[in-house]
Amino acid sequence: MALTDATDTGQNIPVQKPKRLFKNLASKIAAIPMVFTALVIFVGGTVWTIVYSFTSSGLLPRLKWVGLDQYERLWNSRKWLVSIENLAIYGICSLILTLVIGFTLAALLDRKVRGEGALRTIFLYPFALSFIVTGLIWQWILNPELGLQSVMRGIGWESFAFDPLNNSKLVMFGLLIAGLWQGTGLIMCIMLAGLRGIDEDIWKAARVDGIGTVKTYIRVIIPMMRPVFVTSLVLIGSGIVKLYDLVVAQTSGGPGLSSQVPAMYVMTSMFGGQNLGQGFAASTMMLVSVVIILVPWAILEFGGKKRG
Amino acid sequence: MKLTTKLMALTAIVSASSASAVELEVMHWWTSGGEAAAVAKFAEAWDATGNTWVDGAIAGGGDTARPIMVSRIIGGDPPAAFQFNHGRQAEELIEAGLLLDLTDVAEAEGWADIVNPSNLLDACTVDGRIYCAPVNIHSWQWMWLSNGAYEKAGVPVPTSWTEFAASADALVAAGITPLAMGGQSWQQNGAFGVMSVALAGTDAWLAVNRDKNAEVAGGPEYARVFEAFGAARELSAGLNVQDWNQATAAVINDTAGAQIMGDWAQGEFAVAGEVAGEDYSCLPGLGEVAVLSTGGDAFYFPVVDDAEITAAQKELAALLLSPPVQVSFNSAKGSLPIRGDVDLTTVNECTQKGLDLLAAGNLLPDGAALLSPDTVTQLNDLMTEFWNTPSMTPAEVQEQYAAIIADAD
Repeated sequence: MALTDATDTGQNIPVQKPKRLFKNLASKIAAIPMVFTALVIFVGGTVWTIVYSFTSSGLLPRLKWVGLDQYERLWNSRKWLVSIENLAIYGICSLILTLVIGFTLAALLDRKVRGEGALRTIFLYPFALSFIVTGLIWQWILNPELGLQSVMRGIGWESFAFDPLNNSKLVMFGLLIAGLWQGTGLIMCIMLAGLRGIDEDIWKAARVDGIGTVKTYIRVIIPMMRPVFVTSLVLIGSGIVKLYDLVVAQTSGGPGLSSQVPAMYVMTSMFGGQNLGQGFAASTMMLVSVVIILVPWAILEFGGKKRG
Repeated sequence: MKLTTKLMALTAIVSASSASAVELEVMHWWTSGGEAAAVAKFAEAWDATGNTWVDGAIAGGGDTARPIMVSRIIGGDPPAAFQFNHGRQAEELIEAGLLLDLTDVAEAEGWADIVNPSNLLDACTVDGRIYCAPVNIHSWQWMWLSNGAYEKAGVPVPTSWTEFAASADALVAAGITPLAMGGQSWQQNGAFGVMSVALAGTDAWLAVNRDKNAEVAGGPEYARVFEAFGAARELSAGLNVQDWNQATAAVINDTAGAQIMGDWAQGEFAVAGEVAGEDYSCLPGLGEVAVLSTGGDAFYFPVVDDAEITAAQKELAALLLSPPVQVSFNSAKGSLPIRGDVDLTTVNECTQKGLDLLAAGNLLPDGAALLSPDTVTQLNDLMTEFWNTPSMTPAEVQEQYAAIIADAD
């Protein structure tokens, strides 16, 4: 920070200003492909999608304007409303539980337990699997005839019933279990790296002051790990919004509509229903909701630093 | 003898048109036991011509497979051939000029004379040009019943939906789920379609599906269908399966009494070694209205730049409709051949019932040929919501159904 400030003041001398564009020319040239990709693929693609969401595009895009019809139909659709509700349930639970479990595991490992390397590998291992494989594994585990329920009944607990995937009220939690199993390990590793970055002297000072371990974590360590939490939040958040393959592998949206998610709505209307316009409208709404949450947060998080 | 000459003729075409063998990637969603056995017949016949069949099977049914196929075609990496249900699914691909015009093959092979019923070819035709090769006739209008399950329950095998509904209590008492239904939405919507033909009659069904008459959809004939559909929902409680063939397996294992499913289910019975009439029974039109809908599968061929591949695509199209291939494929799959001039090798009691209806002309167009995929998706969603929401009443679902039909194009 101090270094950039110094160069900034240096740049303010009028004679040096024209050089600014050509400063670090090589690295700027190197960044051109990425800048181009970002503009054309991300921004261009997004604008294209939004434009076509106002058309009656079917299987193929065509510019036949229908105004807000697609949005009207979207918000009148039960499936879309259920999708949003499901994503909210999954998102809130997943965000809180991943952070809590991830941090707890990291903190436990940080207490210099024996076999840390092995445990870390075990916890991180599920992350190496794709969501499709994760979904399939948990579909089997949660299948009442094959998995957990039949095993528990097999060892004598006859009344044991755990069948979330076939129960429309519990199905989102069945998905959540699989999502947590897959994603917590990565967050744990990031947290662990953050914990390892904390200076030993902090711990010594806390001990001298007679502060308990748990209290030190909550009051001292966690506030110091703010950047690590921000990174984790971004990772978890993007995982939530794009939730799709896990649902496809585990329930394909069922039973009924009870585990539909927005990304799945987009996919089925675009390709299953051959109605691109409807899919674009839904994905535009997904983008809008992300922007509504993300922009104020990003301004708070990153905008504040410039002023300070 | 006939097969040999046909194959020799085809081989001659190949060697004339191309020196080397052509690899064609064919995408389809035939992955269950009976289906895989059937598609292997195509592959064998094609490989016998000296070319190579590259199998591009996609598991998970048409709803999973179609998006993959469409995105590959739009994305510029099309397979050489792909399976669709003919009808309105490929409408826009044809309009966009992405699919190969097969009219010259159709004329050379005389498809117009041999394809029976002729509406199958109509479903492939856009503006007088033919764009697909129909390979089989599939009909949704069947109910499959397990003789073993009814024996266990001590009641005779029903011969109509009314009898089935009346005998359901005896099955429940014997610990058997009366109706097997998978969890996928297309199965529930499909079963509803069968029940509406059987219980509302063909006139009302055509008024709703062909003429998009929302009044009939909200009227008394359909109210009866929704009541029965609501009752069916209760009859299926207790069996939690996803895929249609798992539901068929429950009928095969006598753990379920019956399943409403298209005639492709018969392939599963055949693979399990069951005999029609002895181990299982079948009721076309649920035993109420003896009629077949003539849907089916067809192969479409995307336009490619390579002349060699284009020639091979046309050759494959001709091969798929040739008599020996039609016989071997449809015998394995349990579907009916699309040409009236061939005899199936294994005609069992159920296939015979289908052939009789076909000969008598008691036919209906398939729902997929009348409704756009967009409408079908909406109906799938509605029916699966109803099926899985016990608090939703038949009157509610009928109101929403009528609204979808009113908006349908």
